[in-house]
Amino acid sequence: MSSNLHIAFRFLTAKKRAMLMSLSCIVLGVGLFIVTQATTSGFEEFFIKTILGTNGAIRIEDKIQYTMRSMAAGGFSSKYEIKTKEGRKYIEGIEEPKLLIDAVKRFPNVAGVSEVLHGAVIMRSAFKNESVRVYGINLDDHERVSDIRRQIVRGKIADFPGALSGSIIGIEMAQRMQLELGDTYQLEVGGQVRRYRVTAIYETGVSDIDRVRVYLNMGEARSLLQKITGASFLQVGLINRDRAQQDARSMTEVLQHNTKSWQEREKTWLEVFRALRISSAITVSVFTLIAGLAMFNTLAMIVMEKTKEIAILRSMGFTREDISQIFLWQATIVLTIGTALGWVLGAVITYGVSKTPINIRGIFAADTFIVSWSIWHYVTATVTAVAMVMLASLIPARRAARLEPGDVIRGTAQ
Amino acid sequence: MLPANDKVALSCTNIHRYLGQGEGRVHVLKGVSFEARRGQVDAIVGPSGCGKSTLLYLLGLLDRQDGGEVWINDRKMSTGSDAERTAARGEHIGFVFQFHFLMQEFTALENVMMPMRKLGRLLLPAMEARARQLLASVGLGDKSHRLGTQLSGGEQQRVAIARALANEPAIILADEPTGNLDVKNSGMVFDLLTRLAKENGQAVILVTHNTEIANRCDAIRPMRDGLFI
Ligand SMILES: Nc1ncnc2c1ncn2[C@@H]1O[C@H](COP(=O)(O)OP(=O)(O)OP(=O)(O)O)[C@@H](O)[C@H]1O
Ligand SMILES: [Mg+2]
Repeated sequence: MSSNLHIAFRFLTAKKRAMLMSLSCIVLGVGLFIVTQATTSGFEEFFIKTILGTNGAIRIEDKIQYTMRSMAAGGFSSKYEIKTKEGRKYIEGIEEPKLLIDAVKRFPNVAGVSEVLHGAVIMRSAFKNESVRVYGINLDDHERVSDIRRQIVRGKIADFPGALSGSIIGIEMAQRMQLELGDTYQLEVGGQVRRYRVTAIYETGVSDIDRVRVYLNMGEARSLLQKITGASFLQVGLINRDRAQQDARSMTEVLQHNTKSWQEREKTWLEVFRALRISSAITVSVFTLIAGLAMFNTLAMIVMEKTKEIAILRSMGFTREDISQIFLWQATIVLTIGTALGWVLGAVITYGVSKTPINIRGIFAADTFIVSWSIWHYVTATVTAVAMVMLASLIPARRAARLEPGDVIRGTAQ
Repeated sequence: MLPANDKVALSCTNIHRYLGQGEGRVHVLKGVSFEARRGQVDAIVGPSGCGKSTLLYLLGLLDRQDGGEVWINDRKMSTGSDAERTAARGEHIGFVFQFHFLMQEFTALENVMMPMRKLGRLLLPAMEARARQLLASVGLGDKSHRLGTQLSGGEQQRVAIARALANEPAIILADEPTGNLDVKNSGMVFDLLTRLAKENGQAVILVTHNTEIANRCDAIRPMRDGLFI
């Protein structure tokens, strides 16, 4: 062990109680930082999973038509003519889904494309009427761009494609209409009424979906909504979800259709999660800040108490750098122990929290706290603690290094 | 081969030192010149407050003079950088303070080993052996594992002397090294210092109020009011 480290250890033990304060703040700071990051990013991650599992990574809808306006600059015979995009006009829906699907599939990041046709209908059961939306899908395609198979909570999805009158309804809808698996109900649109059977019930956790979406087979939906061609939108699944924004931008350019990535669609919620994650990090960093202050205080105290020892060390040939190192070592020792304990605390609490029951419905479905395990939470917590504590230690360490042995011995050191 | 005795190990010329601020500023050293030779023991004597300790700090490079020069082993140290002076302290100077002596959280053995570990000339076992031997030679062979706080004032002083000798410095500066010691231990410490001076050719400068000890030194330098007389 280097003699500076050795001396640092002994100096530390001389101020055990003050150091313990600093240590416990580091443990709390690091531990709670990890826990808050694990939970906030756990929920965020889960929310993203839900988005991708329901509405997919990218949605393509509405053809874009640019309306151009020509302006002759400087008189009407001028050769400078500026074409400005006056505005975009959207033509609702997708006229040629087959052509568009082929074009979309040429993008390398695309994992699957599903055409969807939707329309508003009235649902009638024995108890009441509700307005809901029919979603016509080809199950094989739709499975490639969503998690619909895993969202099924009752019934068998395999029974759906074969049955013309089969349907998959949301769990909230089922509760409100008091429908069970195998029950029948009616859908009414434009004066025509048809009867359907509940083949399966799904739960996404997203109220807006679970309450209103009824999935029908595409052919049946076309006939019910009386739309022989075209689609409402295309739902696109991606291989790398993080490229969704770039892909959406180039699809808009190339396909001339209004294309939205999941980040753009869910911007508000994503911002909320991000703000939550950052604000909780800041809140918890208060502990680390206190750890830094406590360390500053403790080291300053040790420097004051040990001026004579410092003078003795200097008389034996210890340099100014040695002296400041001795004090920085003290901070490092406490930091190392504190961070290690903080990791353990963080991991234990995170595990405990992940087993804690909680019932969340609305933006996703969760039955326990959702945590994400990431080494980066630990790294960030450590970096924050190291930065704060070392910064706070620099001042007393430099002070110690600046002491003049002559002044100390005469008792006139300041 | 022994280093040539009589060679000047340390010298200072026309040293001035003021202490205090503003109104309280005192001209403590008023042009002191001095030479210490290898193999010789010098005693600085004089009334309390005449500036003996102040001079010793300057010779030990623990303080900066306001005028004059300090030379150690033919190198001018008075204007040297802090790093140079620190290195010279570790290598060439052993200092025994008048009042505070030890690093309190460390054992006697660790205290004596500390300058050796800093200098890093020996391997750890050799350092420990040397430290034990030094402690034995000041009569503390059996107390080497006591902490500073578990030793009496006189014992601490003897550990400090052993520590000053650790790196075999060319120059030993001791501020009343026998101040807290009884007659027997004073004699032992003094004998040790003179033996080292004679055998190893170290220059020993000690401040003392003890006339008997002063009389046994090679030279007595009486000091009064910031000047040798
Ligand atoms: N910070 C200071 N400000 C002003 N004067 C000081 C200061 N420190 C010391 N002095 C004065 O300097 C003078 C020399 O002090 P020094 O400690 O060198 O004396 P000394 O000869 O070692 O005395 P003693 O034998 O009592 O140890 C004293 O008169 C003292 O009052
Ligand atoms: Mg004195």
